[in-house]
Amino acid sequence: MNNKPKIGVYVCHCGMNIAKTVDVEAVSEFASRLPYVKVARNYSYMCSDPGQQLIKEDIKNEGLTRVVVASCSPRMHENTFRKTLAAAGLNPYYLEMANIREHCSWVHENREEATAKAKKLVYAAVAKVRLLEPLEEKEVEVEPSALIVGGGIAGIQAALDIAAAGFKVYMVEKTPSVGGKMSQLDKTFPTLDCSACILTPKMVDVASHPNIELMTYSQVEDITGYVGNFNVKVRKKARYVDINKCTGCGACAQECRLAGTIPSEFNMGLGKRAAIYLPFPQAVPAKYTIDKERCLFLTRGKCGKGPKCIEACAAGAINFEQQDEIVEFKVGTIIIATGYELFDPAKKPEYGYADYDNVITGLELERLVAASGPTGGEIVIGKGEKAIVPKEVAFISCVGSRDESVGKPYCSRVCCMYSAKLAHLVTEKLPDANVRIYYMDVRAFGKGYEEFYDRVRREGVRYIRGNPSEIFKRGDKLVIKAEDTLAGRTLEDEVDLVVLATGLEPRQDAREIIDILKLSQSADGFYLEAHPKLAPVDTATDGVYLAGCAQGPKDIPDTVAQAKGAASSALILLSSGKVKVQAQISNINEATCRGCGYCVEICPFGAIDLVEVNRMGNIVQVARVNEALCKGCGACAAGCFSGSAQQKSFKDQQILPQIAVLGAMK
Amino acid sequence: MNTDLNTEMQSFIQKYDLLGCIQCGRCTGGCPVTVRTNLNVRRIVYDSRNEEVLEELAKLPEIWDCTACNTCAVRCPKGLKPVEVLIGLRNILVEEGSVEPTVRDALESIFREGNPWNKSRATRCDWMEGLDVRIVEPGEKVENLIFVCCTIAYDPKVQGIAKNLVKILNKAGVDYGFIGESESCCASEAHNMGEEGLFEMAIEDNTELLNSYEAKRLVAISPHCYAAFKNQYPDLKAEVIHYTHLLKELLEEKKITITKECAEKVIFHDPCFLGKQNNVFDEPRYILKQVGGAELVEFDRKRERSLCCEGGGGKMWVEGSATKAERLAETRVKDAREREATVLAVACPFCVLTLDDALKARGFEEEMRVAEILEFIGPLVE
Repeated sequence: MNNKPKIGVYVCHCGMNIAKTVDVEAVSEFASRLPYVKVARNYSYMCSDPGQQLIKEDIKNEGLTRVVVASCSPRMHENTFRKTLAAAGLNPYYLEMANIREHCSWVHENREEATAKAKKLVYAAVAKVRLLEPLEEKEVEVEPSALIVGGGIAGIQAALDIAAAGFKVYMVEKTPSVGGKMSQLDKTFPTLDCSACILTPKMVDVASHPNIELMTYSQVEDITGYVGNFNVKVRKKARYVDINKCTGCGACAQECRLAGTIPSEFNMGLGKRAAIYLPFPQAVPAKYTIDKERCLFLTRGKCGKGPKCIEACAAGAINFEQQDEIVEFKVGTIIIATGYELFDPAKKPEYGYADYDNVITGLELERLVAASGPTGGEIVIGKGEKAIVPKEVAFISCVGSRDESVGKPYCSRVCCMYSAKLAHLVTEKLPDANVRIYYMDVRAFGKGYEEFYDRVRREGVRYIRGNPSEIFKRGDKLVIKAEDTLAGRTLEDEVDLVVLATGLEPRQDAREIIDILKLSQSADGFYLEAHPKLAPVDTATDGVYLAGCAQGPKDIPDTVAQAKGAASSALILLSSGKVKVQAQISNINEATCRGCGYCVEICPFGAIDLVEVNRMGNIVQVARVNEALCKGCGACAAGCFSGSAQQKSFKDQQILPQIAVLGAMK
Repeated sequence: MNTDLNTEMQSFIQKYDLLGCIQCGRCTGGCPVTVRTNLNVRRIVYDSRNEEVLEELAKLPEIWDCTACNTCAVRCPKGLKPVEVLIGLRNILVEEGSVEPTVRDALESIFREGNPWNKSRATRCDWMEGLDVRIVEPGEKVENLIFVCCTIAYDPKVQGIAKNLVKILNKAGVDYGFIGESESCCASEAHNMGEEGLFEMAIEDNTELLNSYEAKRLVAISPHCYAAFKNQYPDLKAEVIHYTHLLKELLEEKKITITKECAEKVIFHDPCFLGKQNNVFDEPRYILKQVGGAELVEFDRKRERSLCCEGGGGKMWVEGSATKAERLAETRVKDAREREATVLAVACPFCVLTLDDALKARGFEEEMRVAEILEFIGPLVE
């Protein structure tokens, strides 16, 4: 540091936010007498143009080398004032803020005491600011490609947008086909668009787009690196079918000895498939996969006199020797669009889902009403002689939503509307059926939703306000035990079919991505966005974005909108080609580090590694910070036993004088 | 506004978290007695939010129809306990001294003699006569400290439950001990009848007594004592288990075997305080399945969906307002008959009493009998 520092102190009134409780005049007068302070001023709004101008002029005219702004939280305006300093030719990190609003005026009433505290905070900032060092913001190159994890509608939309902008996209989907949950829906609310009709073209686009490399039946194994430069490792699971040869003709599935015996995941177990299968007719890619958990040849090493699928396949695509394949590639940005799972209603045994065939979930009914479903679109419960066409149909909403008794306090946002939609489809298919929906509140918040709710009611769907408590059997009927809370009447409602509107929950395997990318979860278990309002698609990990129900329950319009938002965020990175990394990062003094590795353990961003160095002829381990990954949280500095880890702008020698001042002042 | 009342009101609302209620109706929907009475607990929770009407609400006859089965609390999506609101209202009556004489007598008897049955403490162990029962003294080390339950101790109709347990424990050669005359009511039913002060006192006294033994486990015979010790006694040192836990263990470790065959069709009725409230569903079934020759069948309304027999919540001492429909216990025996059961097995003394009455009222004595699990398997164990 050359010469003595020249400090400028600027006390903000924040209108009356600060000035009402803190005597700003007295604070600036006090500041003007502090060591190295050249000028001290107070002003109504320091963040305003004229306020910033004051600082710029003083830097120019008074030759200030350090600036203290006493105003609001640094989260609010630290960046604003850094830019002010930079504009006046000063290193932006020569700034220190004293928070006399959130930490003082807003939380105190006594003006005298608040003023005394504001003085302390300003003094502490002055004590620190003179010791700050100039920092530089580094830039790193961005790999011009994106990874999208999850091939549902969220992932599909994000992939198409990024690909359309001219960047390479790698899409990794766990199941044999893209399409996700949306592909299982018959119609979509409130417009009653055929789900497959609007989704299938997008699925096909994903597979055929020259910029998109689609990896289905694949799983992300590991991701290392940092924003702009992620290294991705993907396991392509063996399908035992050469997808370059498979024509999707289906002869193999017809011949399979297990044809028609394995519950079809796509049809929610209501239909059966073979061990070699295409999940659904519109699957993309239209390539068959062998279920290795079920296939006789793969589980027992024997399938009659030989696997019949091999004989049946004219293209010679079946290959039981196929192995998992590991592929590695680099991307600049990542979008997590892994979706959700449905609440398992067996966890609410009072509804008898596990006991009765005619208690089903909404998605199961979706498959029953779908023309491509196991009954060809007929609503039939049971098989053979016992099969019935239900006359009395009841929906129960909020099954696994808004329910603390099963640890699901949140609203799943789609069940009210999908129940209304399904109720409509039931009345359409079964005009003689009496349909009612048991509800607690109807949440019809989206565009056209309330109107759809109005329509469905007028079509004859009865809404009964009361959340049923129990279902049991009386003869052939199911009895719903409930209260009509508007009438104050208890009911034992006898019906033929109960449809449970099960809520949305985080995927069971959500942890896998968390472990790989160090994402956070919100209390409901979904992935946590960086800010609930202003950064809803970002995560705490730079370059990683969220889309769709992985972040929380959403309907299709919101999912698509968020996917486009995530794509836009990813494209900002990709199209600028460079990314600035945090300047106030940690640094480890390798000369004093003893390589204990404690900081490696506590770093929440995986930014510290142990490396071997030669110390006077001895090979020793020391910790080293990856500057692109470090977020400057300071955990390593706080945890380091030898004081070797120090965070820039928060070094011990910078904050100890600040603390000393606070302790010394009465 | 009367500030005293206001403060009291605040505490009533806060105590039962009444503002957390969203009036979804799941409590009343699940309430088993609604088919028989006008009780609407959802409505009472709603009305209780008005300080003016608490005393008036307490006078509604149907608040005594609640059997404390706890279904409303188990199912509430917001974590409220509507049943406790009813008990809170009963407490107002207890404080005023305006409860039924039968209830008053039961409460006084718990206070004076440590049992709700107006029996002398000195006769608490009469059921042991002729049996080789090990009684332990405070300070003594014991693996399984057995807690008998006042109803089992005094009511000849259910004393067989304890007698059979003694026989089984002796055969198993397991380390156990009974408390003897100093054993006092768990006061679970005092709580359910709204006598909070007495319940608190019982918790204090019983905790001191039970902790004075060096017991590893406290084995309750009645699900009502089990539920109280497990969920409402915070400071017990011993692990609280139900006898069906112990019995399953003894069978698994082959310390006892059910050797005699018994060609009966057995149906098990889940007691609310054991099943719904404490998720003990599998142990009783495991025990019954060990009986050779017997076939175990199930009610449609089983496990979490079991139908209350109306034995709890003070119903042993107060009839309540129910007029409509048949007793739930009668529904239950009818359902059991429909499944052609010959033995209606239970694991609770109250269930024995209510179901046995219902069975007689229905005239099913020829075809079926009600048997507590211990009474059923006792004679079959070698």
